[in-house]
This record gives sequence, structure tokens and C-alpha cells, in this order.
Amino acid sequence: MHQVEIATTRQSLLDAPEMTLNMGPQHPSTHGVLRVILKLDGETVIDLDCDVGYLHRGMEKIAENRMYTMIAPYWDRLDYIAAVSNGLVWVETVEQMMGLDVPKRAHYIRTILTELNRIASHLLWLGTHAMDIGAVTILLWAFREREEILKIFERQFGARLTCHAWRVGGMPNDAYDGFVEDCQRFVDNFPKRLDEYETVLSENRIWLSRTVGIGIISGEDAIAIGLSGPALRGSGVAWDIRKSRPYAAYADMDFEVPLGENGDTYDRYLVRMEEMRQSRRIIKQAIENLPDGPVNAKVPKLIKPPVGDYYHSIEGPKGEIGCYLVSDGTQQPWRVRVRPPCFINLQALKQMCIGHLVADVVAIIGTLDIVLGEIDR
Amino acid sequence: MFALAAPTIIDNLLLKFFSEQTVNYVIWPLIQVGLVVVITTGWVAYATYLERKISAFMQARLGPMRVGPWGLLQPIADGLKLLTKEDFIPENADRWIFFVAPYIAVVAAFITLAVVPFGPDWAVITDVNIGVLFVLAVSSVGVLALILAGWSSNSKYALLGALRSSAQMVSYEVSMGLAIIGALMFARTLSMSGVVGAQASDKIWFFFYQPIGFVIFLISGIAENNRAPFDLPEAESELVAGFHTEYSGFRWSLFFMAEYAAMVVVTAVATTLYLGGWYFPFVYRFTEARGYHTAYVVISLIVFLAKAGLLLYLYFWLRWTLPRFRYDQLMDLGWKWMLPAALINIVVTALGIGVVQGLDGVRGMHTIVSISSGLALTPTGKIITVGIGIANLFLTAGILSLINWRSRDFNLKKQRRQIRLVDLPKGKPAVAPVETVSEARP
Repeated sequence: MHQVEIATTRQSLLDAPEMTLNMGPQHPSTHGVLRVILKLDGETVIDLDCDVGYLHRGMEKIAENRMYTMIAPYWDRLDYIAAVSNGLVWVETVEQMMGLDVPKRAHYIRTILTELNRIASHLLWLGTHAMDIGAVTILLWAFREREEILKIFERQFGARLTCHAWRVGGMPNDAYDGFVEDCQRFVDNFPKRLDEYETVLSENRIWLSRTVGIGIISGEDAIAIGLSGPALRGSGVAWDIRKSRPYAAYADMDFEVPLGENGDTYDRYLVRMEEMRQSRRIIKQAIENLPDGPVNAKVPKLIKPPVGDYYHSIEGPKGEIGCYLVSDGTQQPWRVRVRPPCFINLQALKQMCIGHLVADVVAIIGTLDIVLGEIDR
Repeated sequence: MFALAAPTIIDNLLLKFFSEQTVNYVIWPLIQVGLVVVITTGWVAYATYLERKISAFMQARLGPMRVGPWGLLQPIADGLKLLTKEDFIPENADRWIFFVAPYIAVVAAFITLAVVPFGPDWAVITDVNIGVLFVLAVSSVGVLALILAGWSSNSKYALLGALRSSAQMVSYEVSMGLAIIGALMFARTLSMSGVVGAQASDKIWFFFYQPIGFVIFLISGIAENNRAPFDLPEAESELVAGFHTEYSGFRWSLFFMAEYAAMVVVTAVATTLYLGGWYFPFVYRFTEARGYHTAYVVISLIVFLAKAGLLLYLYFWLRWTLPRFRYDQLMDLGWKWMLPAALINIVVTALGIGVVQGLDGVRGMHTIVSISSGLALTPTGKIITVGIGIANLFLTAGILSLINWRSRDFNLKKQRRQIRLVDLPKGKPAVAPVETVSEARP
């Protein structure tokens, strides 16, 4: 914070005019169409404002005019990097409203695929974050691993990025032949690759000097803003919905939650790297204990949940992705509301950036791991 | 053989049309200049190809493969594309400065090649007796181009890029100039060919005498060329494209060429000063090879380009491995690490030469052969000097850590933390319907 004081004093003494810099919506590292209005003194950020909404598609309003099963594909497009996780929160909410009893095998396959999706999302974060800080090679390496995951998705769902993964009450198909083998191969190869990435970054002096102490946010502030996911755990707050309110098959899984200390960019980096290792561990357990049986519950032809308000949330790759549904007893929801992790995480940007340099703004946007599709909805 | 005899044949042909003086002082230099420019441009074009191939190799992909076999014609296709693109000028730009800036960049980068000894005899355009000084002076003109380009674009990103580049180049030029002094003490001349000759007569690369100087020169050179990890003026992820954000088409490609040409210059100067120039490693006897003079010059050229190419590979390697520095960290590195190291290097080198000279003749020890063409040392003298060079590594490390022991960068490893892993207790089942039912209901 002392940097802020220096910046403001200098300005009052020299009366230097501040410069307003529009970063985005066309900018290589605002991860889409985010517009950040920076007020600069030299290169020091003295004020910052985010302008969002360039990708607004009216998801929530569209959802009010669709039947419950028809909304699910829209839901996948919220955070297109993590389509599988997004789809899961919708179908699980509807299942809970209907009181459906989803078979265990479906739960296990859901766990495997969402964890694969978490790894894919974190790999994309790693690549783009490293590229924002200047290490371009990591991006291509991360994409190489992500490709393996996308291949599994393609075989299972028929699509790579915007895969419509689930149906209310279970899965559209059982796992394809060779699913377990593919996952097993990925699980075997992945740690080596992850170690490679860590060799290039974790001990790298430039990486350390670019991330340690940058974008600090304390645990209290993080809770006050409502951060979730790795951004919250990087500040040392032990909160993971997979643990606190287990969904899918997470109650059966044995895994640990990584926690940071200072809440700076480096801590968040370490937390995400460790989360990938833990995800691999979950996948490994799930494919070892994958039960047999059906993958679909008995679902009524017409989905008409009882009247009421429902909220369900899961631990998405970016944080707590939630779904608030108001049912009036018809085939269409009366009101739908997303609890968007990226949108809420983005609110911490101002607090993290002020007093830092322009280069750090880019690093902090990267560490928040935002996806504009979900922020603008 | 015909190709190698070509210079004599052309010489005879020219003498039929022009006087001897015109041929010697106008036509041959022009041919030389043309050759150097053409070869360097080709080298620059294929440096981009090499960079793309090498980065592809590091990133588990193929790189350019479509244009020609293994994409070998890619640089030509790129050049044609850039030539035919629209030359866009922003409305509020300062037109004339905007026009001129790219040319300054290219000229400053290429003119330095005039004094670089690519080989013996005709492979060097001109041997100025203050060659090293000339290189330093002209290459610092290049920064003007960046400032002008950034200022005239009338764009904030370009302006920030220009500001960064001016600060960066000024700081690193100092340590670059100081790093060279150590090598010059051994060479006892400022002429580029003279430095090469001094290394040949001493039969050792100055790299072994000057490990610190070499490292400082290379790092400052990378910073001077705005290459990663010091590519702040054009930091893609922060400033879009930095000082050349508003440039397009051929003017943009001039900046691009200037960047690569400046890289070629720095690697060439590093080769000349520290890696024995165009001399084949460890073989210094071919100088007197008669009858095959042209072949000898061509081989020397190839040796030179190979050495410079190795350094160029180092550039690519660093670029595709390291993250980018931040502006203030770059300044820290320049003023707190590079500059003191260069100063220590000068002092230690001077003391070392004093010691070697003082030891000559003490108790029958014999350290110096001659000082007519550089400082030629006997094996004993060489061992002492190399020893001092290695000791200098540790000394510099020690003094630098003394200077910087309190700085943030020095203690980063200590700040590196391990994350905690906690096994949270498993909670209640996932969904609980919210109790209150909203009032407004159709």
C-alpha cells in the first residue's frame, strides 16, 4: 500500500497530469472483451475501473423462456473453458428439485469428467497466465496436455470445447469403450508434464519477481468481496465445496485442498498447480472404483419441479458456480440466476491492482482466471 | 574453382573500363557493401525462419511447413505479403516523423555492419581504427527511431513503449560499453580487425580472459535489442505492440528487420570481441595459406557466421524460455547488477594485467611474449590471467550480493513458499431448498 501513497504524493507535488489508458476491449491479454479503464501516473496504476458487458447474451432471460432440458446446452456456454462443470451445476440443480435418484455410476463418470475439465481449465489458465508474463512456450506445452483431455471429451460427447455433457437424471450415453484406458493413460502421463511446467516456472527468478507480492488480497478481504475457488484458497481460506457440500461422487473421494498463505499471484499459481495434482488423484480413484450399472435415473417425460426456490452450487475450476432457480410448477423456470465465479472474482481487480504497474495489471488479470463469456453472460 | 577465382576475373574486366583508382576505391567497395547488405538481409530473413523453427522445436510443434520444402520459402512469402500490404498512417500521427522513424531504425542497424570484420581481407568493408566505438555510437542511434516512432504515432501504448525503450537502452548502453573495456585492455586497440588479430596472435579467445565481460555484454546486448526477456518496449501482452503498435505493412517490417539486424550486429560484435572473430577455433596458421586465398576468406566467413549463429541460438533459446521482466526490475538489473559488475570487471582486469606484467621476469618467470599486437602472453601468463578471470566470477558474485543483500530480488528464493495441503472434513449433502418462497408469483 505504501506505493499508493508515493504515487498520490508525487502527483500532488508535481501536478503531473494523469493518463487514462483504455485497456481493451481489444487487447491481447484481457482474456476476451474486458475493458479496463486505467488511470496512470507514469506506469503506476492510481485508479482502475472495469467495463464489462461486451459479450452479453442475456442467458438468464433466455432461460426463462425455455424448458428445463432445453436450457442445459445454453448453460455450457457460460464459461466455455469449463463447459462440463457448468453443465453439471444445471442438471444437478434440476435433479435436486425433482428429487431424482441418480445412479452411482453416473456420479462417478461425472466426477471424472468434471475433474478432467478442471485440469483442462487450469492448463489454459497456466498457459495464458504464463504468456501474459512473457513465457510463451508454456502455452504450447499446456495445450499439448489439454489436447489429451479434449480428445477424451470428443470421444465421449462428440465435441471438444462446448460439449453438452449431461442430461437431467444422468448421462446421454454410458462411457465409451476405452474410456477408462484413456483416462488411465492421461493419469499416468500427467505428473511428468506438470513437473516440467514447474521446472520452468516455480523456481524461475523472473517468474518469482513477477508474481511474489503482486496482487495481494487478504483472507478477510477475499471473503468480504466474495471470492471463491483458487482465488480464495490462495489467500488461505479453507473453503472448497467439494468438501463442504459434496456433490456427485466427491464424498467417496480422498483428496486434499491446497491453501496459500499471502494471497499473492504466486500463491494462487501454486494453489492451481497443486489442484491439478489433486484432480489427477481424484480421477485415479474414480476410475479404479468405477461401479457398474445404469447411468440414468428414471426421469419423468415432463420435467415440472415443485414450486419453490432452489440454490445449488459446485466447485467449478474458477470458483463457486451456482444456480438459483425459482420454479412456479410449470415446465419453464420462473427466474434463473447464475452465481458467476469470474464476475465476482473480477471485483477484486481494483483492490489488487492499485499501486502496481501496468505490467502487473496484466499478471493480475491472468491470475484471476476470468472468462468473459461468464462475466457478461 | 571458377567461383573462387571470380574476383580476379572481375577485377581484370573492370580495369578495362575504369581507371585503377576508380576500381579500387569506388567500385569494389560498392560491391562489398552490396554483398554485405544482401547477405545480412538474407541472414536476417532466415533468422526469422530459424527462430520460428527453433521455437517450434521447443514448443512441440512443427513451425512453418507449407511454403516450400520444410517451409524454407516462408521468409520470402512473408516479405512479399508485407510489401503488398496497405501502408496505414493514423490520422493524428505526426506524418513526417512517422515516415522517417523506421528508416532510422534500419539504417542505424545496418550501418554498423560496415566495421564488422566478417572475415579477412575483402570480407570487411572498412577497418576504422575506432571500430568498437563506432559500433557503440551508431547502435545507440537506433533508440532515436523507437522514441520517434512511439511519439509520432500519437497512441498511448506506443508512447509508453517509447518511454520504456529510451530508459532501457540508455541504462544498458552504459554497462555494455563498460563491459567491452576489459577485452580492449587485452587487445590494446579499438579497431575490430585489430581485436581479432590480437586474439589470433595471443592464440586464445578473450572469452577465457573475460568471462564476466562476455556475460555482461551478452545480457546488455539482449536488452539493447529489446529481445525477450527484456522486450518491454514491445511487450505484446501489456502494450499490444509497444512503439510500433500503429505501424503496418512495409514500415512495420522495417522495424522487424532492424530488430533482427541489430541482433546480428550484437552477436557479430560479441563474436569479434570474445570468440576469436573469423578464426577457426584453435587453428591460427591458415593465415599464410597462399594460392587458396579466396577459399580461405570464404571459410573464414562461414566460421564467423557459425559462431554468430550459435550466439543467435542463445538469443532464441532465452526468448522462448524466460518470462518477461517488469520495467522497474529491468532498471534494477541494469543499475544494481550489470553496472557494478562491469565496473568490478574493469578494476580486476586492470589489476590482473598489472600483476601479469609485474610477474614478468620475477624469479625467471616469463609471462609476456610481446605487446606489439595486443597482449600476447606465454602459457604461464595465460594460466594466471584465466585464473584471475575465474576468480573474478566469484569476486563479482560476492560483491554484488554484498551490494544487493537487502534487495527484494536477491531474497526471492527465501520468499518462495510451499503451500499447505489440508484435508477438510466432509460436510452436509449438497442441495438444500431455500426456505423462503418469493412472494411475487404469476
